[in-house]
Amino acid sequence: MDELNLINVGVTFPGQRPGEQVTAIEDINLTIHGGSFVVVVGASGCGKTTLLNLMAGFISPSKGEVLLGNRKITAPGPDRGVVFQKHALLPWLNVIENVEFGLDLQGFPKDKRRKIAAKNLALVGLQEFHNHAIYQLSGGMQQRVGIARALTSDPAMLLMDEPMAALDALTRETIQELLLDVWDKTNKMIFFITHSVEEALFLATKLIVMSPRPGRITHSYDLDFQSRFLRTRDARAVKSEPDFIKMRETVLSIIYGDEKALNKAQGGLHA
Amino acid sequence: MLNKEPSKTSSANKISKRFFAKQSVMPGQQFGAPGQGVNKLISTVTVIILFLLWVAVTETGLIKPLFLPSPSAVFNKFVVISTVGFANSTLLEHTLTSLYRIFGAFFLACLTAIPIGILMGANRVVRGIFDPPIEFYRPLPPLAYLPLVIIWFGIGETSKILLIYLAIFAPLAISARSGVRSASIEQIHAAYSMGASATQVVLRVILKSALPEIFTGMRIGIGVGWTTLVASEMIASTSGLGFMVLNAAEFLASDVVIMGIIVIGVFAFGFDLFMRYLERVFVPWKGKA
Repeated sequence: MDELNLINVGVTFPGQRPGEQVTAIEDINLTIHGGSFVVVVGASGCGKTTLLNLMAGFISPSKGEVLLGNRKITAPGPDRGVVFQKHALLPWLNVIENVEFGLDLQGFPKDKRRKIAAKNLALVGLQEFHNHAIYQLSGGMQQRVGIARALTSDPAMLLMDEPMAALDALTRETIQELLLDVWDKTNKMIFFITHSVEEALFLATKLIVMSPRPGRITHSYDLDFQSRFLRTRDARAVKSEPDFIKMRETVLSIIYGDEKALNKAQGGLHA
Repeated sequence: MLNKEPSKTSSANKISKRFFAKQSVMPGQQFGAPGQGVNKLISTVTVIILFLLWVAVTETGLIKPLFLPSPSAVFNKFVVISTVGFANSTLLEHTLTSLYRIFGAFFLACLTAIPIGILMGANRVVRGIFDPPIEFYRPLPPLAYLPLVIIWFGIGETSKILLIYLAIFAPLAISARSGVRSASIEQIHAAYSMGASATQVVLRVILKSALPEIFTGMRIGIGVGWTTLVASEMIASTSGLGFMVLNAAEFLASDVVIMGIIVIGVFAFGFDLFMRYLERVFVPWKGKA
């Protein structure tokens, strides 16, 4: 199975003043193995989304390289499915047309792409909603369509940029469990950004903590809470286990420390 | 005492309170939302009152027929011109001539302005080329460049259609161009991540997202087209609604003028209703995404 490698990656872009260079991320070395669920957390502005954009091919690194298998990533492609914070579905297509859109672009015949799309919609529990308009669905359902759509090209990996940030707490927990089931069934490698440490701990096989200014990876943990859930199917119990809570506080204090330092550096009111 | 309205309010405040409906609302309405409620009945009453006023001031002889002919006189002219004709053409012939010019120009404008507008939004080279000429000629009054059009293209149908075409082209191209921005960067990124080519992104994401704005541009464009009709039919015409109105004005036949204006208004309004219907059919997602 393919693995994703970031080797000495740095991204700088021009600042607001002429000649100024802002370093978004620096010295990133990261390997994501096939089938792993990598979640990244960190204070705001630490370059999480920059990292995802690199993997998706939406931006190019200023230094180093990003490799999927042994191919260099230079542009977006169907081997990497992306799920966005806001659903980014196409409102003129119904649910199943949205899911099969990628296959349609690639010229698959209708019956074949319908079959694949229907299978993926069933995977996210939307088999009853093929012909609904996008704007008739709730936020949670729209995100599930987004996940089904990202899976349809059978990508090597899924890139998810805070896909649950806009959802209410209850829907969020449901979709976390759903996502673990999808991951378990499809065995895709996933790169997932979140602001919620609890969500990160619950989902990740590997948790990465980033620090800002410049954005870099400061901590990395191997976790197994997701497999505990898949075994016991009791999310609340997993999330209340002592080592879960201890881990949560550890990670939170790292991020909190970073935010504090950041505010101080900016002379912010909240320092 | 606390929940009581202050008794002394300025009269301006009172008026604005009444006008903007800061008062308790009907079920299903939202407090303070501006302009809510149905205005169909009020609009119908307005139209009826205007018509009755027209009847009253003409039938009583308050205003002479030269300045404002009565509704019945206008209707009589409608019947006469429909059957006997005016300036060697019946009303139907005048109307068909004008519709041919307007919709010919509109069709050509749609065919060119929409692709050019989309490409202007999607490509900096195309934008660089077309932006200066469009922005320059757009605010010019058609009557100002009418002489040039005649000198260059003669006094035939070409000049008449070209003048209307130019009037429709600019607003339509500008709408299509700004419609390009309706597609979110996430939608475009998503399409590329599903293996779309650049052409597929333009045709199947950007163009589709721009449809609501294109429809608005088409409605504005055809509206401007109607306003240019009279100017274009100043060019050596022998028929057309604009020609009919201009010609009648020379003979001070104000009943024909008013009749012509009403026919133009009815067709313009009817087509706008048709466009709104098409909009509901083709972009049902407008404002809902």
